[in-house]
Amino acid sequence: MGPVSIGAVLTAVAIVGGVGVCFAAMIALTHRKFYVWEDPRIDEVTGLLPGANCGACGQAGCRAFAESLVGAAAKPALCTVSSPEVLEDIAAYLGVAVGEANRRVARLLCAGGCDAAPPIADYRGLLTCKAAAAVNGGGKSCAWGCLGLADCQVACTFDAIRMNPVGLPVVIPDKCTACGDCVVACPKDLFTIMPIEQRLIVQCKSALEGDEAERRCRVACTACGKCVMDAAPGLIEIRDGLAVIDYAKNDLARPGATARCPTGAIVWVEGSQFAESPKLAEALA
Amino acid sequence: MMMLWNRRLQFRHGVHPPDHKELTAEVPIRRLPYPDEVVLPLRQHTGKPARVTVKPGDHVERGDVVAEPDGWVSVPIHASATGTVESVDPWPHPDGSWSPAVRIAVERYSAQAARARLVPEWQTLSPAELIAAIRDAGVVGLGGAAFPTHVKLSPPKEQPIDTVLINGCECEPYLTTDHRTMVEYPERVQLGLRIMMRALGVKRAVIGVEKNKPDAIAAIRATVPADVDVTVEALTVKYPQGAEKMLITSLLGREVPSGKLPMHVGVVVQNVASAATIAEVFDTGLPLVERIVTVTGRGVRRPSNLIVPVGTKIRDLVAACGGFTEDAREVIFGGPMMGLAQANLDTPVLKGTSGVVVLGEAEIKPRRSYPCIRCGHCLAACPVFLNPQLLGQLAMKGRYQDMEAHHLADCMLCGCCGYTCPSNIPLPQLFALAKSAARRVKAPA
Repeated sequence: MGPVSIGAVLTAVAIVGGVGVCFAAMIALTHRKFYVWEDPRIDEVTGLLPGANCGACGQAGCRAFAESLVGAAAKPALCTVSSPEVLEDIAAYLGVAVGEANRRVARLLCAGGCDAAPPIADYRGLLTCKAAAAVNGGGKSCAWGCLGLADCQVACTFDAIRMNPVGLPVVIPDKCTACGDCVVACPKDLFTIMPIEQRLIVQCKSALEGDEAERRCRVACTACGKCVMDAAPGLIEIRDGLAVIDYAKNDLARPGATARCPTGAIVWVEGSQFAESPKLAEALA
Repeated sequence: MMMLWNRRLQFRHGVHPPDHKELTAEVPIRRLPYPDEVVLPLRQHTGKPARVTVKPGDHVERGDVVAEPDGWVSVPIHASATGTVESVDPWPHPDGSWSPAVRIAVERYSAQAARARLVPEWQTLSPAELIAAIRDAGVVGLGGAAFPTHVKLSPPKEQPIDTVLINGCECEPYLTTDHRTMVEYPERVQLGLRIMMRALGVKRAVIGVEKNKPDAIAAIRATVPADVDVTVEALTVKYPQGAEKMLITSLLGREVPSGKLPMHVGVVVQNVASAATIAEVFDTGLPLVERIVTVTGRGVRRPSNLIVPVGTKIRDLVAACGGFTEDAREVIFGGPMMGLAQANLDTPVLKGTSGVVVLGEAEIKPRRSYPCIRCGHCLAACPVFLNPQLLGQLAMKGRYQDMEAHHLADCMLCGCCGYTCPSNIPLPQLFALAKSAARRVKAPA
């Protein structure tokens, strides 16, 4: 290559610089032309929200929730992750009331740990519930029951799920934000998100009835119907081998409905599940 | 170059697992006494489950319809024994779920004779009538996937079929169902093939059998009819030679494009046992109520080839083979490469169950899984030319959409990659999970 003249360098700089200036001008113009005004409060509120993007409020993420807050389409209390103080701050900033949210938690519809529903086959393979469920259902005696390999615990962003000694996930209500990640993670579809005041819960999903169900799990719902008789009329009905509670009539629910349950499948939950259920403890004893 | 491939009659890639067929290859098929109870799940075939037509308490004769097809890709289910319907309730299904099944208490001391029925001469029936008769007999592919046979025999008009392939490879280790069918009932295979050729209006057929079954090849060759163009080819012994697409490559040198079916290259592939069953339908008029099952492995005392009613439980099968040995550890429906492990001995044999393999402790010794060393053995084994190493890494990260982009849909879960992996990475299990996750995502949309 021969020597490069300074003139050629200057020409190149001028051309590239000129092109740059042209594009800069175009970008500036486009920015003016297509500028969309956005409420600056949205950014502020997004900053106050926890940024977990869990979706428990029903929005796609924290920013989407902030937009609906600023648009007065939602109340701050719908964010179940923020502490009450933060909610107060948001409400004060926007000049609205905190509002009432009905507090919801994840509940496990199975009480059959490895003591109540022992495995009938020895599963060897990837140690996740999803993988085990794909190999002949996981080898548990009850085909509907919890496999106890903690996919839900792994999925939980808020550290709200702990496995108990019999291999059942215990949801800590104070930490649970009802985001629903565990519902998606469970291959047996055992989790459900429900309002915390729904205290009467049938902790079983087995479609089997009577002795068939009990033979496979000591705490299975046998569809005997005793709870139906003990509860307010119409609150509980037997459907497909299970007692099904009509939560529209939740006001009528009383702990008495669990009194005669032979297996302890129906329980009255105050706080977290599997914690203080004498009926269940008795069934397992 | 292509001609050279064809002359060796094989496909590229694949693995050579020990076949263990010596356990039952020489054992003649024997008929099992009827069990006390048979269980017929309504979901026995690919497609929509059948709709039940009986209720508890009904008396059924062997061969009576107990469930009718629901839609085109569905077949009826017939009582496999004379008796009384006990219940129509959930029952353990080989896939691990509990799904609705018709339980029949088999009548003691019954002759188990089928009702007298009219069996038309197949030569006098039109293709449409033949296909309808095959459907009414509940015939599905007996190789394992249980795809309704009548659907395969009714290709759309724009897909002309020029060749019928009969799959007698039986490349899965242990299984000898097809082998014994060819040795003992070669005329049935030939008759079933002729009926299928008539139904499809096809003039040419090829029967492919792996070279490790010389007696089957001889029996089939000896019965080839002189008036139609049927050739018998001995194929290289390699797994998965019996996979539909591999077989087409080996025998015809045609490649089925990704996402397409054999009919798109003018081929229909049927299993030898399916052909034999079709022959039986037009021979005796009896629908698909029994099948040949290999019960084998180091975990049973007396490995056997059995004719059993569809719906016989594992428990009864194993009892008929002398029971479990002390170190029996794992029961598999189908072969060890692609079969389904079973957890419940009450699970019944379905129409598509070609064998029950019981493995001993020594054969299933759990081995630790190590990190991938990128040796590339899996790439050299994958018969559909995927990159199992990459797919495995994506699967472990849960990146199922990226797996789709790398043609996960072409994976048939043959298990070659997992078999050959020196790090014991459970690749097929990861892929099976990814496939079911993809189905879950697609289902709600």
